[in-house]
Amino acid sequence: MDFLVAENINKEFINHKALNDVSISVPEQSIFGLLGPNGAGKTTLIRIINQITSPDSGKVFLNGEPLSPHHVSQIGYLPEERGLYRKMKVGEQALYLAQLKNVPKREAQDRLKKWFKKFEIDAWWDKKVEELSKGMQQKIQFITTILHRPNLLIFDEPFSGFDPINANIVKEEILNLRKEGATVIFSTHNMESVEVLCDHIALINKSNKILDGPVKQIKQEYSTNTFTTKLTNLKGSMRVELHSDFRIEHHEVKDNALTAKITITNNSSPNDLVKNLMQIGEVHSFNEVIPSMNEIFITKVQENN
Amino acid sequence: MNKILLIIQREYLIRVRKKSFIIMTILGPILMASLMIVPVYLAQMKSGDTKSIAIIDESGIYDNTFENSENYNYFSLDISIEEAKDKLPGLEYYALLHIPETKVILPEKAVIYSNNQVTLEVKNHLKNLMEKRIEELKLKASGIDKETLLSTQANIDLSTIKLNESGDEEKSYAEVAMAVGFFSALVIYFFIFIFGSQVMRGVIEEKTSRIVEVIVSSVKPFQLMMGKILGIAMVGLTQILLWVVLTFGIYTVFTTIYADTLNVQNTKDLMMQQQGMSGAMGANQEQIAEQASNPQVAKVFEIIGSINFGLIIGSFLFFFLFGYLMYSALFAAIGSAVDNETDTQQFMLPVTAPLILAIIVAQFVVQNPEGPMAFWFSIIPFTSPIIMMIRIPFGVPVLDMALAMFLLVAGFVFTTWLAGKIYRTGILMYGKKIDYKELWKWIRHGS
Repeated sequence: MDFLVAENINKEFINHKALNDVSISVPEQSIFGLLGPNGAGKTTLIRIINQITSPDSGKVFLNGEPLSPHHVSQIGYLPEERGLYRKMKVGEQALYLAQLKNVPKREAQDRLKKWFKKFEIDAWWDKKVEELSKGMQQKIQFITTILHRPNLLIFDEPFSGFDPINANIVKEEILNLRKEGATVIFSTHNMESVEVLCDHIALINKSNKILDGPVKQIKQEYSTNTFTTKLTNLKGSMRVELHSDFRIEHHEVKDNALTAKITITNNSSPNDLVKNLMQIGEVHSFNEVIPSMNEIFITKVQENN
Repeated sequence: MNKILLIIQREYLIRVRKKSFIIMTILGPILMASLMIVPVYLAQMKSGDTKSIAIIDESGIYDNTFENSENYNYFSLDISIEEAKDKLPGLEYYALLHIPETKVILPEKAVIYSNNQVTLEVKNHLKNLMEKRIEELKLKASGIDKETLLSTQANIDLSTIKLNESGDEEKSYAEVAMAVGFFSALVIYFFIFIFGSQVMRGVIEEKTSRIVEVIVSSVKPFQLMMGKILGIAMVGLTQILLWVVLTFGIYTVFTTIYADTLNVQNTKDLMMQQQGMSGAMGANQEQIAEQASNPQVAKVFEIIGSINFGLIIGSFLFFFLFGYLMYSALFAAIGSAVDNETDTQQFMLPVTAPLILAIIVAQFVVQNPEGPMAFWFSIIPFTSPIIMMIRIPFGVPVLDMALAMFLLVAGFVFTTWLAGKIYRTGILMYGKKIDYKELWKWIRHGS
């Protein structure tokens, strides 16, 4: 079932249209990547889901219910533009933010203690935020985002500003939370993390959604039927023996071994290609070339522009 | 609703815990109490010590001029001035007045010798006595005797009595009304500025620290804005309340400790009683005047007693609170539209101009608190918090007061509505130079 559904969202600002009839469906317990270049409208969509701004038209449903103010405590949001009160003490501030999300004070205190212990930052409780390094502040920010145990987590560029170690901790925690039942929306330019984390994506460009679906399916769709192969004990020349349905993209012979990249055209199947290759030499490897999200992103956006 | 309370609580606590708040809270009452105590103390001082003054009168015409009084004892010395000058350091006289002999004309020159610099008061006192004596002699020389002259002098004691609605008489003191009105107007002016810019800085802080988006994902921008404004209003009210309580506290402690010296114990009790009341005061003031043995001290107390503290503090709280609320909404809007404090300049002027205008107008209103200028400026919400405070000690018709209060509340609702529109767009807008055209678009379109 889809945990979050946004239907035909339109949003126009004074000078430009930020979202044009955008719809997304986020399946429950999935990690959903919201992708797109800067200024595409991602943050506007996220703000609409967070009820920070309201759409001109269109509807948002959370767990089947139309989005309403009481849903605020079910959503955890880590904005791209994020920060903390610099002069306020860490513990006090975390308590305050938790209470704003309807967590009772005592409950919040217990949960915070656990998280602080887990992240090994107990000693910071009474420190002012401005005394902490940026990485430390990010950890606290992360804790305050998830402390009220939201069903829906929204991270806007979560890894920017984290060092690799902290980024990894956060990544682990996101996966953990998903395992415990949370649905995650994840907005980023970082295609590597999309590759690792996301189950579904939507690609927004110039206020329009231009692509969405499960990552595997999209990759399949955008796969170009290209394979790499390695052959040894060559019996003949590839250029001569290969059927005309197969197009050689790349071809290299070294130490009596041949590596090649071949695209299947017409109605031939990979099996036909393998059979053909076996006539040429001994097949040591045969892999489909799957396009990276990065490639799909760039192709799609450029196409759209 | 619960969340706005949380915001109010945070805004309140972080400010009340600050060192600067605590220092201001302590210094304020000391300053104000001393404003009340020092006049009493000074009035008391005059009847303090008696000064001994030695006189060498070589002219012989001042025989009966210097009569011992409460403050001065005079001693005629029958020695030469040279001898006296030698001895002076050893003697216990405060000063030595030498009037040299002159043969032809009346002696109009004299010298005061002393070990320490004589006070201006002593100098003037002696000078007055001598001048009077010379005048007398000169009058006599021209054939006018003292009685004739005295009978021609007029001395009018003009006291002003305010008739209130119940028909009681109240002694009024225009100067005191002026001072009280001006003082409370100034305090409101500064408080609106101080606490208004605290609101502005608070909004800018939330914007620059980038916490605002986290918070508006939990609460509505309007709640955040109102929470901040109300939280800081509570800080202001706390400060005022502490000031009033501490000022009267210090004043009471002081007058109790020095009750004997001041001889005003009873007076003070009466004073404290009547401050609670705002009705007829004339009777009490008479009692005070009777009971205080020292007429000057009694006068000071009568003046303090003539101030209707109940009405003034009550209307001060109202006009401060709503004046602040109206302006701070605008300050919040400014804070939301800029990225840092230096960018606030261009928007500050239209907001602060009415306040500054009010303080300028105040100086004319205080001269003529009943005039049309006073009326209009005390009705218009942007200046009424200041101008009305000036008018109140002089007495304001109930209708004027009600109208001013109504319009001020309406003004507050209007600026808050306006500010809310700017605020919710502004807080999420970064790195863009905002001008008035842009602000107008925000107001018209919202977001």
